[in-house]
Amino acid sequence: MFENIGLAFQGVWSHKLRSFLTMLGIIIGIAAIITIVSTIKGTNEQIKKNLIGSGTNTVQISLNRDGNEYDLQWSALPEGVRTVTEEDLSELRKLEGVKEASAYRYRSYADGIFYGNTAYSGALYGIDSHYFAANNYIINSGRGFTADDYTKYRKTAIVESTVASSLFNGEDPVGRTIEIMSEPYTVVGVVSQVVVNEPVINNLQDYYMYSAESGGTIFIPDVCWDISYRYDEPQRVVIRAKTTDEMATAGKAAADWLSENLIQGNTYAYKASDLLEQASNLQSLSQTTNNQLIWIAGISLLVGGIGVMNIMLVSVTERTREIGLKIAIGARGRRILWQFLTEAAVLTLMGGLLGVGAGIGLAYMLSNVMGTPVAISIPACVIAVAFSTLIGIIFGLVPAVKASRLNPIEALRHE
Amino acid sequence: MILSMTDICKDYPMGKSVTQVLKNVNLSVSEGDYIAIMGPSGSGKTTLMNIIGCLDVPTSGEYLFGEKDIKKCKKKQLADLRNKKIGFVFQSFNLLPKLTALDNVALPLLYGGVRRSERRRRAKEALERVGLADRVDYRPDQLSGGQCQRVAIARAIVGNPDVILADEPTGALDSQSGAQVMDLFHTLHEQGATILMITHDRNVAEHAETIMHIKDGVLTGGDQDE
Repeated sequence: MFENIGLAFQGVWSHKLRSFLTMLGIIIGIAAIITIVSTIKGTNEQIKKNLIGSGTNTVQISLNRDGNEYDLQWSALPEGVRTVTEEDLSELRKLEGVKEASAYRYRSYADGIFYGNTAYSGALYGIDSHYFAANNYIINSGRGFTADDYTKYRKTAIVESTVASSLFNGEDPVGRTIEIMSEPYTVVGVVSQVVVNEPVINNLQDYYMYSAESGGTIFIPDVCWDISYRYDEPQRVVIRAKTTDEMATAGKAAADWLSENLIQGNTYAYKASDLLEQASNLQSLSQTTNNQLIWIAGISLLVGGIGVMNIMLVSVTERTREIGLKIAIGARGRRILWQFLTEAAVLTLMGGLLGVGAGIGLAYMLSNVMGTPVAISIPACVIAVAFSTLIGIIFGLVPAVKASRLNPIEALRHE
Repeated sequence: MILSMTDICKDYPMGKSVTQVLKNVNLSVSEGDYIAIMGPSGSGKTTLMNIIGCLDVPTSGEYLFGEKDIKKCKKKQLADLRNKKIGFVFQSFNLLPKLTALDNVALPLLYGGVRRSERRRRAKEALERVGLADRVDYRPDQLSGGQCQRVAIARAIVGNPDVILADEPTGALDSQSGAQVMDLFHTLHEQGATILMITHDRNVAEHAETIMHIKDGVLTGGDQDE
């Protein structure tokens, strides 16, 4: 067996140009498949990362009406739904897999916020005292909200570090006063999220999909929300799961608990945003088009296989005398069969390896030129090499059988 | 008795008619024999050689190799027989051009399932016997015709076969190299080898102990029955 493999390598090596040209079909096919698969995987991982974030493990729970998300901005709390209280949140924290829970109100594009003459465009969140813990924020400078801020209705604000640079033009925001709907608020701190996961945005579509998470945010205590906006708006709840794997179950448990305890009737319900599902929906969209590409690349493998068969047939004819001699001095038919099968398999194995290399290179080149994300899938590479070897065995079968059945007398007489 | 043939006939279909190439051939080879079969081209000597060498099967008649009835053997068994019991020497050497002399000689042992170290040892020994101990690592294109044929003879004797079959062993050689090869056969025969040779050259045939003639498929001469 090893003798055969060694001889096969010698055979391939002694016809370098011919072997390479024969392999080319396989190389191109495998390279195309690896490039496509790497790009798909890269895109999928990026979608997942953008949506889920890396490591915060937070799940948003929002109010739904007839199965669709109910717009919580600028509207009053609907009938039959009550406000989320501190007691409710502590109940949520007792649920399996839930580490932290927090309720908040928000505007994704708040207006009426100024620092001096500069208008702010970004999100405004009215948060409870658990929000920063739930979303894994840390205080960069100044302080967080204290109990007094809540009990004494202090008009305080905390800004995200991005806002600090955009609205305050690089000055230290702590101690400065901003205006929210004509009410003055004192900035007491600057925060940023511990796991900063900047969504990768390549086009306008991506921007709209992820912009809510990438814009800056100003936080005020939720008790002050009524001061600026004056009516009892519905809340969103965010929970932080203990692990990424528990996100789905913990989110659903919390949403079910809220629906059961806060809502009367069937019109409204709390629902956890299933980011994994959202991610897989986006992924399957790109998958279908790419599957077709893989089939097309598969055709080139077929063509490559036929090329291998052709060259192996030529090789059998060229070596007729050699085969005749081997049979004459006692090589069994099976031995000749294996010799040629091994040679075809070695040829396509090398083609497969070169193809994987070329595919990885091409994927990174595309990524550099066009900005597509790349993730190399080791199983895909292994399967590709194994598959190309299989192609060698399949298409080498006909020439190998032909060689093993040669009549030694005629073969020895062959010129 | 190494082999015995009784009433061997071989027919080849030629279009609608059938050509009888071998007609009731009787031949027996015993240990230590040195037989030359002489005949012009078209006499059927190559066909006879192929049948003796188990590369072809007779149309009728009985062929016993040792105890084995060749007619009842399967392809696999014939391959093993050729591998272990017969050593072939061809007119055109038939060495594999990419292998060294040593690897060429060791080839039958490879098919016989002999271990690598043992193969190398025995191949070296065989090359020494044909006087090419210093050409072990040469490839056929680095050797002269006579040397190539001696490598081929080493390949034939490496497995200690029962019989060496030589088909026009000097046909592709100049007279000097041819003489060397015939001397080698002579030495091997003195050492106990059984040799069966076919040739059309009387000078070559005369080296043998027994000369037989074949003409139009009929074998005559020697101590065989007329």
